[in-house]
Amino acid sequence: MKNNEGHVVGVNGNMVTVEFQGSIAKNEVGYIVVGDTHLKGEVIKIRGNLADMQVFEMTNGVAVGDRVEFAGEMLSVELGPGLLTQIYDGLQNPLPDLAEKCGFFLQRGIYLDPIPNRDWEFTPVVAVGDKVRPGDTLGTVEEGVFTHRIMVPFGFDAVPWTVKKIVTKGVYNVRAEIAVLSDPKGREEKCTMVFSWPVKKPIKLYKERLRPDETLITKVRIIDTFLPIAKGGTYCIPGPFGAGKTVLQHMTSRNADVDIVIIAACGERAGEVVETLKEFPELIDPKTGKTLMERTIIICNTSSMPVAARESSVYTAVTMGEYYRQMGLNVLLLADSTSRWAQAMREMSGRLEEIPGEEAFPAYLESVIAAFYERAGKVRLNDGSVASVTIGGTVSPAGGNFEEPVTQATLKVVGAFHGLSRERSDARKYPAIHPLDSWSKYPGIIDSERVEKARAILFRGNEINQMMKVVGEEGTSVDDYVIYQKSELLDSAFLQQNSFDPVDSAVLPDRQRHVFDLMYKVLTSDFVLEDKKGARKFFNEMRQKFLDWNGVVTDDPRFAETEDAIEQLLVSKVRQEAR
Amino acid sequence: MQKVYTKIESIIGDVITVRAEGVRYQDLAMVGSSYANVIKLDGNLVSLQVFAGAKGISTTDQVRFLGVPMKVSYSENLLGRVFTGSGRPMDGGPELDENMIEIGGPSVNPAKRIIPRNMIRTGIPMIDVFNTLVESQKLPIFSVSGEPYNQLLARIAMQAEVDLIVLGGMGLKYDDYLFFRDTLENSGAMGRTIMFIHTASDPTVECTLVPDMALAVAERFAIDGKKVLVLLTDMTNFADSMKEMAITMDQVPSNRGYPGDLYSQLASRYEKAVDFEGAGSLTILGVTTMPGDDVTHPVPDNTGYITEGQYYLKNGRIEPFGSLSRLKQNVNKDTRDDHRALMDGMIKLYAAYKDSFEKKSMGFMMTEWDKKLLKYGRLFEEKLMALTVNISLEDALDLGWKILADCFEPNETGLKSSLIMERWPNKKPEVR
Ligand SMILES: Nc1ncnc2c1ncn2[C@@H]1O[C@H](COP(=O)(O)OP(=O)(O)OP(=O)(O)O)[C@@H](O)[C@H]1O
Ligand SMILES: [Mg+2]
Repeated sequence: MKNNEGHVVGVNGNMVTVEFQGSIAKNEVGYIVVGDTHLKGEVIKIRGNLADMQVFEMTNGVAVGDRVEFAGEMLSVELGPGLLTQIYDGLQNPLPDLAEKCGFFLQRGIYLDPIPNRDWEFTPVVAVGDKVRPGDTLGTVEEGVFTHRIMVPFGFDAVPWTVKKIVTKGVYNVRAEIAVLSDPKGREEKCTMVFSWPVKKPIKLYKERLRPDETLITKVRIIDTFLPIAKGGTYCIPGPFGAGKTVLQHMTSRNADVDIVIIAACGERAGEVVETLKEFPELIDPKTGKTLMERTIIICNTSSMPVAARESSVYTAVTMGEYYRQMGLNVLLLADSTSRWAQAMREMSGRLEEIPGEEAFPAYLESVIAAFYERAGKVRLNDGSVASVTIGGTVSPAGGNFEEPVTQATLKVVGAFHGLSRERSDARKYPAIHPLDSWSKYPGIIDSERVEKARAILFRGNEINQMMKVVGEEGTSVDDYVIYQKSELLDSAFLQQNSFDPVDSAVLPDRQRHVFDLMYKVLTSDFVLEDKKGARKFFNEMRQKFLDWNGVVTDDPRFAETEDAIEQLLVSKVRQEAR
Repeated sequence: MQKVYTKIESIIGDVITVRAEGVRYQDLAMVGSSYANVIKLDGNLVSLQVFAGAKGISTTDQVRFLGVPMKVSYSENLLGRVFTGSGRPMDGGPELDENMIEIGGPSVNPAKRIIPRNMIRTGIPMIDVFNTLVESQKLPIFSVSGEPYNQLLARIAMQAEVDLIVLGGMGLKYDDYLFFRDTLENSGAMGRTIMFIHTASDPTVECTLVPDMALAVAERFAIDGKKVLVLLTDMTNFADSMKEMAITMDQVPSNRGYPGDLYSQLASRYEKAVDFEGAGSLTILGVTTMPGDDVTHPVPDNTGYITEGQYYLKNGRIEPFGSLSRLKQNVNKDTRDDHRALMDGMIKLYAAYKDSFEKKSMGFMMTEWDKKLLKYGRLFEEKLMALTVNISLEDALDLGWKILADCFEPNETGLKSSLIMERWPNKKPEVR
């Protein structure tokens, strides 16, 4: 069947209006033919025989009358072994391959094969005559440290298919035929290790969705103990510029206790991706002994790359996440920044002359954001295994003010909120997550009773501090002052964590619990401190020792020594009756 | 083939429309004696923005499509020259039309970027110690109007060891243009400088072209192996010109009248900063004046989200709060082992000083600790923050330790014991 064609009748930035014959679908892909280049676009609105397309490339040089070829399919990604370690743009164009072909600069209209053309050792798990459904495993290949399931294409009709042919164990090209299936009517389809899936459609081939109730360890103390995230859950990190959103996500992408990490660099700085790009192939993941790159996919559509592809990039990323979830794996998707994605929608909505909502964002902003986060989830697959996609998105609110549409829409749907504060980042209190304003609905690594008690001290300490600003230190009682000092200690030696310190930057849960136990002891002890000067001196010493403690590795003898010193210092001032 | 049309359908602001066939988006045209480019196609209705402004254009003026996009000449002949936003000579020199290159070209493939690694020394402790400038960084000076931002820009440019300076002036006061020209000439740097200047009285559209012209040329020199420093002042004027054009085009504004794509527009310029592997580099130092000293104003706000930090200029000093160099950690690990810790520690104490200072101004009793902080704050501002200070990074670090030792006991500093053992000055030399 010949696909539809049309021709350009209008150009406004990256929006091109096309007059077409026949029928086309919303979200169908089309190519504008400019000279000998083809510019990819997506139909986002149809009125009569006019289609508005968002074009994923710069549109200079497009003229009225230029031919448009429609592809007959929705915007899709290719799924198959070899996705891991790749660096793609928002449309799944492999950037290193593109660099090899085009040099320093991106060149429009060049779309390369996203799945590396290579051989894999395939082990079949079905036999001729077996019944299979979309998403069922036909066989496996070993992709690095993972067993990659080669599945019945998700887009096949949801009927029982019969295996007509399956290759024997052996080495095959990724695009070679490995199976032939036939549907109940006898229609046959060939399968390779690769198939495509439309990015805007969630993959739902699982038995049931489960509650996200298992902590996802990030090795960041303030998160794991106070504001935990969960496997299959969602969370957001809003914060003004420079408050530390990206650094926090970088740390998480390295340290998170998951199988696979997908980084969606969405409309932010290209330089930030480069750090990951250059460092991950060198860093060893202690869990697997392999480099971090082997568990990572990077989707990189940075701020100066075409805006429409930015809009798609988060969908490209989450689709790959869902694909690996189908293999029984735990996937973490980190999107930086979802505001840029929302802005891409706003730009397009403006060109479509839609009625603008608040701050000119489209009226459907909220539902689109909700639908995106809804693609996270912990699920039980049809084979009984449990797997998850966790989504963490940064938000970049205009003016750092959380009362804006994107932050507000996101807060409605996520399970944890890590709000970064300008005040804390200015004072170099990293990670600048505000411990009192932020919240989480997920369970952490320390019993909630003690955490609540610690939080109460933080809360009270903050109140006292505010009060001191009004009545001065002289107007504050020693008891209150001690509570204030305790809250400061908890803040500076536990909540704050130096991302650039080799030891302190990542702390295992056992150590977090261990440090928390002692910290908790200090927080709940009753001290004999006659005056504020004495109290400050005591807590200064305490803080110094905790900071030193945080800086040494657990099997260094100084670790136990420092712990002893803290205990001794504690005992020296503890009120005797209280013991 | 050049097509000529003589019936202009509408003139709104600096945008005109004509009915024409076969015109390509972003193509260049001559309208009367001014350049213009195509910014919208709707059937055969073509919208063009006129670079020199539409003032005085009549409906029967000639519109001649040139069939090419906007370009700028690139060669060694540019050195020492001054051009307008549309690339015409402003210094009485000859027009240049050899080796024309496109402006606003595609961005660098992220996979081809490398991690920035070379510190740019400025002799300003607030930069070198606390917010180190790095080759290929994009970094604006956030300034309240009336501050000496152009002086600071020029000073950094003179002190930085670069091969080439490209100055993009937008809405520049004529005096400021002369200031730059004289400073560069006096220091003998004019021969390695290229200027694209839009002054406050020049047409709006040309203002929006300045960054693209400057960056296109700079990018080529960088590919050819040069270390290029691009100075863009003042990007707020650029954004305001964009706003004016957007309103003319009836775009729905998103925030205080600015177009919804302000972020993308600014980003596509700033992201030109790059270090080319095996070739040169392009560093961007900009100026963003903050209307009403408000960082949350859309222009500084969007800029902050794009650039790799900012220097916040206030009361003639670079403020430690609000200032940031995001690339500092790439280089400050290799300067001196105490650099990072001292940088963080001193800022934390300065933050505490600010609290004490506030308490004092509210008339509260000063504790012994407050008094220590007050002394520290005073020394910090005098010895390190003042823009008159011009010392090396190493001397500034030593001075930092001296100030700490002069004000505090070691365990009051929040610094690690090991570092204190190594660096704490034994004697307490008085720092005044
Ligand atoms: N945990 C941390 N430890 C030490 N320094 C940090 C930490 N987090 C952030 N910083 C400092 O703050 C700078 C800015 O952080 P980051 O780039 O993460 O900000 P951001 O919130 O992502 O900003 P933007 O919205 O503009 O992208 C970093 O370059 C670093 O210097
Ligand atoms: Mg960021």
